[in-house]
Order: sequence, then structure tokens, then C-alpha cells
Amino acid sequence: MQERLKRLDVILGIHPESPYQVMEKALKRAPKDIISDLIDSGLKGRGGAGFLTGLKWKFAAAAEGDEKFVVCNADEGEPGTFKDREILTIVPKKVLAGMGICAYVTGAKKGYIYLRGEYKYLVPHLEREIAEFHKNCFKLELDFNVEVFLGSGAYVCGEETALLNSMEGFRGEPRNKPPFPTNNGYLGKPTVVNNVETLVSAQVVSRIGVEEFKKLGIQDSHGSKLFSVSGDTPRPGIYDLEFGLSLDEFVREFGDGDTKAVQVGGASGFCVPRKKFQSTTIGFPGGLTGDSLPTGGSMMIFNSSRSMYNVLRNYLDFFEEESCGQCTPCRIGCQQLKVGIEAVKRGDKDPEYLQQLLKLTDTMKITAKCGLGQSVANSFSSIVDNFREEMIY
Amino acid sequence: MTKTDTMVKELVDKYGNKRESLLPILQGVYDIEHFVSDEAMVSIARNLDLSSADVYGKSTFYSFLDTVPRGKFVIRVCKTIVCDMHDKNQIVDTLENILKIKVGETTLNRKFSLLYTNCLGWCHKGPAMLVNDDVYTNLTPESIREIITDYKNRD
Amino acid sequence: MESIKNIISVKINGIDVSIEKGTTILEAARKINVRIPTLCHHEDLCVAGNCRVCVVEVEGAKNLTASCAAPCEQNMVIKTNTPKVRSARKDLIALLVSEHNTQCTTCYRSTNCELQALASEYNVDNNTYLSVLKSGLQVDRSSWSIEKDDSKCVRCQRCVRTCAELQHVNAITVAHKGKDMKISTFMDLPMNEVVCVNCGQCIIHCPTGALTERRYFDNIWEAIGDEKKHVVINTAPSVRVAIGEMLGYPPGAHVTGKMVAALKKIGFDSVLDTNYTADLTIVEEGTELLGRLKSKIKDEDDSVALPMITSCSPGWVKFIEHMYPEHLGHLSTCKSPQQMFGALAKTYYAEKIGVKPENIVSVAAMPCAAKKFEANRPEMKSSGYQDIDAGLTTREIGHMIKQAGIDFSEISDSDFDSIMGDSTGAAVIFGATGGVMEAALRTAYELITGRDVPFDRLNIEPVRGLEGIKHAAVKLENCLEAYSFLEGVELRVAVAHGLKNARIIMDQIKDGTSPYHFIEIMACPGGCIGGGGQPIPTNDKVRMERIKAIYQEDSDCKLRKSHENPEIKQIYDEFLKDGPLGHKSHKLLHTHYTKRNRY
Repeated sequence: MQERLKRLDVILGIHPESPYQVMEKALKRAPKDIISDLIDSGLKGRGGAGFLTGLKWKFAAAAEGDEKFVVCNADEGEPGTFKDREILTIVPKKVLAGMGICAYVTGAKKGYIYLRGEYKYLVPHLEREIAEFHKNCFKLELDFNVEVFLGSGAYVCGEETALLNSMEGFRGEPRNKPPFPTNNGYLGKPTVVNNVETLVSAQVVSRIGVEEFKKLGIQDSHGSKLFSVSGDTPRPGIYDLEFGLSLDEFVREFGDGDTKAVQVGGASGFCVPRKKFQSTTIGFPGGLTGDSLPTGGSMMIFNSSRSMYNVLRNYLDFFEEESCGQCTPCRIGCQQLKVGIEAVKRGDKDPEYLQQLLKLTDTMKITAKCGLGQSVANSFSSIVDNFREEMIY
Repeated sequence: MTKTDTMVKELVDKYGNKRESLLPILQGVYDIEHFVSDEAMVSIARNLDLSSADVYGKSTFYSFLDTVPRGKFVIRVCKTIVCDMHDKNQIVDTLENILKIKVGETTLNRKFSLLYTNCLGWCHKGPAMLVNDDVYTNLTPESIREIITDYKNRD
Repeated sequence: MESIKNIISVKINGIDVSIEKGTTILEAARKINVRIPTLCHHEDLCVAGNCRVCVVEVEGAKNLTASCAAPCEQNMVIKTNTPKVRSARKDLIALLVSEHNTQCTTCYRSTNCELQALASEYNVDNNTYLSVLKSGLQVDRSSWSIEKDDSKCVRCQRCVRTCAELQHVNAITVAHKGKDMKISTFMDLPMNEVVCVNCGQCIIHCPTGALTERRYFDNIWEAIGDEKKHVVINTAPSVRVAIGEMLGYPPGAHVTGKMVAALKKIGFDSVLDTNYTADLTIVEEGTELLGRLKSKIKDEDDSVALPMITSCSPGWVKFIEHMYPEHLGHLSTCKSPQQMFGALAKTYYAEKIGVKPENIVSVAAMPCAAKKFEANRPEMKSSGYQDIDAGLTTREIGHMIKQAGIDFSEISDSDFDSIMGDSTGAAVIFGATGGVMEAALRTAYELITGRDVPFDRLNIEPVRGLEGIKHAAVKLENCLEAYSFLEGVELRVAVAHGLKNARIIMDQIKDGTSPYHFIEIMACPGGCIGGGGQPIPTNDKVRMERIKAIYQEDSDCKLRKSHENPEIKQIYDEFLKDGPLGHKSHKLLHTHYTKRNRY
């Protein structure tokens, strides 16, 4: 177990094979082989939604149409997450190589990096890297052109269909699914939208091969993952760790000795109280480890000085602002949750009202149009259930 | 053609006149004028063959595309949980004192606007803020004073 | 065998249904008469899928599925009414109610509000949640036609989609996000300052009282109660085939006689027929068209604006004023029947009945929201007074009838008063898309050739029906002497309804590729019978019923050509003595237009 905490520089490190050499190697293989490897590897999306990457690439490759797109989702906005910024700063070639392999496999000729507006300072650096990437593509006879598309301050654009709408000049509101972007994406064409880290990981599969990749992590959650650690910790930062980590180990390594709770997966994730650290592992839900939590890798640590009421209120403030506002459960639900806990705290509403609010989050979870509204339930119920007294007194 | 029309025309030449060009054009306008004015929106509507309401609806969706005038330097302080835990309130108080404005306001000389924003992706080095496109982290009241003084000395 | 491959089967509430691939769950359920509640869905518009009220359980899916947006897939098992579904729906409605101004007693849409109906069905009040209705919201009453009350908005976006997809006006949009998300105009300006054309299509697509017409019936009650005032009302053809819907009758019910009787009982001093001035419009406009054709073809004057386009739809008129101001010359200079009526009411009619024009209150009963704006256009004062004091919608008339305590089903038929109460079948068809064109052709063809239009029973089928743009061509042969310049000319005409189609027509004119001589354009889909002032709901099925009733009334008329109307002959003999387009007609019955801002 201890080994898992060693810094594995799978994502952020330098290797004998440069990313563009990895890409060159991949481009000599048949696209269907790359796809089947990717599926076999079990790589799941690293943005938090966790869809099987190989399947996504397979659908896009099979989709009809001669115009296809690859979009790198760099709209990282989940509170507590900063890994994509680090990746783009330190190892952008790996991202571009991942995009290049995806383009080769799907037949896309155009790629975009949707970069959140808050990271605008990365643009000159990225444009230099892209120029070099294009030279490599030309050398490898890969007809693929990438450009940066800048966001302007909208967390919801991290949702893939909202991102596509934003690129098309519409409001960044999520679309109805089906149809899925792999059939009907940017401008109605087949599009792969992948998180920054996912593209790097796809390139890792090409570099080290399926078997080595599967050795990392646990069943159903293969590979390694970047964790953004912040909050009450003496060692905030980015750590490249394997899936399968228990929270107990994590807190022993990163806590400040007085850890009360860990928020896994950002404001859209779960808040795990001290008493559940032992029984919780980080990974995607699967048969092996019942309590595994999906995550974009955000780990926020709270010690006993923190009011969980303030924490929850902060999240709800975030959601009611960042919701696109389109669907009833999210637009109104987020507001109700916030004014609700405020009223209970003030004494204007009985503590029993918290049950009504928990029921509301159940409704939001099953009726909201996109992941934003569906995920509010996660932090709300985990904080209210585990820290009920702090909501009332 | 007015000054606004010229500015928009140049952006249209650069980014195109399709709907997909809308967000880059709005960003271009914002970079030059520090807000998206109604004239700019009308000009964009004319060039992209959209309605002015349509352009307005898209602009107001994004937190960074203000349709009210902002100062030359727009300060956005992160208010999300980790920065909040690391005393962003003290940072905001310091800024309000130095600039003599409250959050949401712009200084009379139109040089500074002070706003809140959500997670900037620097949680391990909070509190953090943006001043226009530049990010500042590990903020303290002292470092704030230095930073603002530097901006005050810029034109 | 291709078609079989495209048929799939699903199970809804235990019942097997076969449908075409791509059918939504909502549509499939409708096929077997399973009603799933909706809010943001409207058959006229594209799918939104934002209210989430229509959610259902689909076996195997983790979350509930929005049935309006989800396509059926082979062997899908769907349940529309499980406890899980009902609980979710109830919660969603409770959320909507918490964001809503629930003072139903003073709301104009009370008893015909989709949110009220849902709340009632699911037993929801505003005690489940705290109110998150924003404080300080003001009702926008800046427009003559449309009233916008954000406190009643459920943000279904039907109005935005209507203004965009159906009307291509795009005056309203969704603005901001999250808790601040709202339906807004450009820069949140008042409605009268933006390019809204007042067609009111947004009103009839709004599920609640967020968008309604500006109401003036309280003023009219006052006028009726004032003994000094002579209150005269003219009623449009579209009102009579729809007013029944306000009073318990199905769409297209024939209640014209009852309507007239009820209006008399309400206390209007005179109940007259807009159809009268519709006939007048045909005579004036027909003459105008022939004049332009003569200038173009005989005198070879290229400055003449052809095609000529009808001008009786004020929503369309404001549309062209905003969107194609350089082409205003194509509009006929004729006023609409409503406005012609107003001008004559306070001159010709006043004289005839011996009442001073300042004591006449002229009211128009219209299927239209834009007519309220039209009545208040500054130039509409040719009588020396405001020609039409108030336009009331069909809905307002329905309300007045109810307020007067009249039992509509028991009332006996009554006839229109005279003068200006006589009309022909050509006038009544004004209400349907293609009606103005058909009426104009019936008269124009006879003027030119001395014969009836060559269509069976005068029914010009090619210009009838709900297709967006219709056209027809009529060869002019054996013309009368005075119109010999038209010998052999193929008169080409077009009919468009819904402003989306108006754009197509106008873009052709702009490009110089328009092949037509004469075009009828109506702002509202279906023509006036689908107007912004008509009873809600209005959809294609309802439009077809109202249209059927219109053409039935035309067939039942003795006189079916405008120029045969004896009261029309009378007014030219006695009052408009210099004939159509003469000096007096020009002053009272013709108008000019205003260029307006495009954005």
C-alpha cells in the first residue's frame, strides 16, 4: 500500500521516449488496434465523468462523415482542481500527442483546446507548443491542425455538450443526449471531447502498452491519476498517484494531524468524514471496492477548525451562480438548498427541513439535465448526513 | 463607420463572421474596451447577421464578459472554499481599503474594478486573484499593497 | 421492406407500441393516449428539454429520462407513472411554484395556466419550499401591445424559441446564468424600445401569465357606462370563429350570431363588422395594384415598386419597418381594415348617425396583439381624432362576455348593425392565410376581364392551407379595353404567413429575384386566425379548425366578391365621391410608414 504513495511520474515525468516519438510509433499501427488497446486498458475519462475513453474514440471513428473534430477539454473549473493547468504548463507535448493519436484514429483533421478564460496566461506558451506540434505532424504526414479556443468564465462549459455549444457561439448550456458528441458534436459533426489528463493517459497507453498500464491502479480503475491536494495540509500540490488509495493512507500522508473531513472530487464530489477514511478508496465505482469514489482528482482537506456549514454554503453559492439556469431542478434546486440551510441555521426552519432538502437532492440527482445539477446531491447529502449538528447549531 | 464599428470590423476580419466567431470577437472587444458596450453588440450583430438580443444573451452568459463598464484593471478575487479558508476576506478588506471601493464597484478614475470570481485553479497557493489576465497567488496584505502600487504606476 | 426496418417496438406502462425509429417517448405515449405532462414542450417549436416535468422511468437507466427529448429505442421499457416519477414531478412543480408569483386571483391567465393546472393536479402549494422569487421585479408595460411580467416566468424559453424559430425576429433572449437567468430583451430594455414587432406569438406560446397582452377592457367598461359616449365596436372575421373557445365551444364553432348578440348585451351602442372595411380594402388595394401594374407595364415606369405587398398585418408592417426599411415602397399604402374602420367611424359613420365624433369611442375586436400598437400609431388620426381608441383581443372580449354574466350558450343569434355592417364572403376569408389574396383576385380578375376568377366556385385553392409560402399564377386573357396592357400577362402571386417566411420573401426582393407581382404577408402562422390575441392554446389542429370555419362562412355567404357589397357602393356614392385612391380616400384610408432601427 505504501508503494502507491510513491511519486509515479507517469503523467508529469520525462521519459526516454518523447511524446512525439510515442505518437510516431502509434501512427505506424492500425487505428483499430490502437482503439482495442485503449478499450482493453480500461482507461476512463479523467475529468470526473469517467466514460471509457476507448469506446468514445471507437464511436467517433465509426461515425459517418468526413469532417470530424478532437477537442481537448481544458475548462478545468472544479473547486480544488488544478492538475490540468500543471499538465498544460509542464507537459503540453503529451496532451498534443494524445490529440494527434486520437485524430489519426478517428480521421479528424482539426483539433481545439478549449481553455478556460482564467488560464489565458497559458496561451502564448501553448501556441509555441502547438507550432512545434504542427511541424511534427507535417513530418509524420498527419493532416491535423490544432488551435486554442478561449472560454470566458463559465464552469458549466466543462460539460462536453455545453462546451460545444460555447464553441459554436451559443450559450454554454448542455444539450439533450442522445445524440452524443461522437455522432453529433461540434457543428453537428462527430467529435471526441476529452479531458486534458485523459489525452495524456491515452498517450501513456501507447507509450507503455496495455499490460503495464493495467498494472497501475485497481480493477475497474486502471492507471495512475493526478491528485490536486489543497486545504489544511502542509504539502499542497499535485501528486501523481495510483488508484486504489485508501483515504486513511492519504490523510496520513497529507493531513495536518487534525483532519476532520476530506472532500473528494471537488464541490461535485463527496465529503468523507474521519470515521469513514479507512473504508473509502479512491477510484471509479466497481465491484471490488464498494465505496470507491469517482473523482477528477480534487482533494480538499478540512481540519477541525473548519465549519462544514460554511463549506457547504460555499459550494451552494458556487453552484447557484455557475448553473447554466436552463433546467428547473438545478436552477431552482441550488437556490433552495442554499436558502434552506441558511434558514435552518438561523432557526427560521426546523432541523426536520433538512430531510426535505435531502429529498430535493434526490430529485435533482435523477432529473437534472447535466452532471452539474446531478452532482450537487453528492456534497450536500454527504455533508448534511455526516455533519448534521453543524448545520443546526 | 464609428470607432466601435472599425474595432468590430477588424475583429470580424480576424475571426470570421460566422456564429462560431462570436465568442472570440466578444473577447476581442472586451480586451480593448474592458467591457462589451451596447454599440459593440449592435455592431457585432450587424456583422454576424444575428439579432442584438442574441448577442446580448451570449455575452451575459459569461462571467468575464461584463456588459457594464469596468476599470482598466479588473481585479477578480477567488471566493471558493480553499481560498476562503486561507483568509481571502482579509485580502478583500485590504483591497477595499486601498482602492476605496467595495466589491462590485469601479474606482472613480476608472482605473480599478474589484470583483469576486470562482476557483482559479491555484488552490495550493491561495488566496489567489487575477488582475486582467495575470494571476497572483500566495496573497498577503503586504503583497497586495505592492501589487496594487505597481499597477497604480502603470498608465 | 425499407419501412419495416424503421419500425421499432417499445413497452409503455406494459402496453406494446410500434413506432418509427426516432419517435420520442412523449410522441409514442401520445399514440396510445398516455398523457405525460409537459411544460417547455410545444408542438410548434423545436424540443428544449429544460423543464424536466415530462420525466419518465426507463428500465436500465440510472436517472429519469426527459420523454420529450429522448428517442425510443428497440425494446425500451418505459413507465410514466411510478411513485418515483410522481414524486420527482411533484418536487419539480413545487420548485417552479417557489420561483413564481402565486397571486392567481389577479392573474389574467388564471384557469388557463399550465403551471396552475400542474400544481393543482399534483397538489402542490408554496409551502413546500421557501420563496426564491426575486423581489423588486417590475412589470414591463411600456409596449402598447405586450405586457411582460418576469415574476410569472417559468423560464421554459418557449417565447424565445417562438420569436427565433417561428418569427425570425429574435427580440427576446435568455440572459445571464444560474439564479440570475432570465428572459430578457437586448440590454434588458423595455419592450417598446427593441425590435419587437408586437405580433404576440410569444403570448400564445407562453404557458403562464408572464407574457400577456396589454389590457384595455376596463377602459371600455368605463366608456360603455358613460351615457355621453357612443361606443361602437367592429369585429374581425377571426374573432367570430374563435370566440367560442373562450366560452366552452370547440375551435371553429359557428357562433357569429351569438357573438353579435352578446356584444350588444354588453352595452356596445353599435356592433359592426370589420369585414365591411375588409371589402373596402380590397377595392382600394385592387385599384392600387392595377395602378402600379399600369405604370410598370404600360407606362414602363421602372421606379414603381413591384411586387406590391399587403399592409393589413401590423405585426408584418412593423417587421418590414425594422428589418427591410429600404423596401417600404413595396407595401400597399392602404390602411388595415381596422384602421379604415376607425377613420370612417369618426367621419362617415358619425355623420350618418348624427353623433359628434368626439363622443364616439371606436373599439376593435381583433385576434391580434399588434393592432393595439397600430391603433396608437401617431399617423392614425385622419379623422381628426384617434381613429381607433382601443383594440381588444378575442381573449379580452371573452372576458367581458363572462364579466357581463351572459350565458353564451343560451343567447339567440343577432345581426350586425348597419351602416358598415354588411359584408361579403371575400371579406370573411381575410382571417385565413391566403384570404386577402383570394379576395383581391376575385375582384381584380373581374375588373380586368369582366369574368369570374377561373377557379371552381371562386375557391382559389392554391393559396389556401398551412404551407409557409404558397403561390399561384393566373393568365390574363381577353382583358377589357381599359386593361388591354395586361393582355397575356401571367399574374404571379405569393402568400406567406409567419415572419420566418416573410424573411424568405423579402430576401428574394432584396436580391432582385422575386418573380411576383402581388404578395400577401401575414405575421402570424395560419394568418389572423392564429393571431397573438386568439384563445390559448393555438396549434396547427386548432388553426385548421378555425380556417375551416372561415371558408365555410364564405361559402354560406350570398355575396362573395368585395365589389358587390351594396354598402361599399353606397360609401363611394355618398362619401368617397372621387372614388378609390381619390383625394378623400387617400386622406382617410391610406397611410405612410416609418423606418425603424434594425437592431
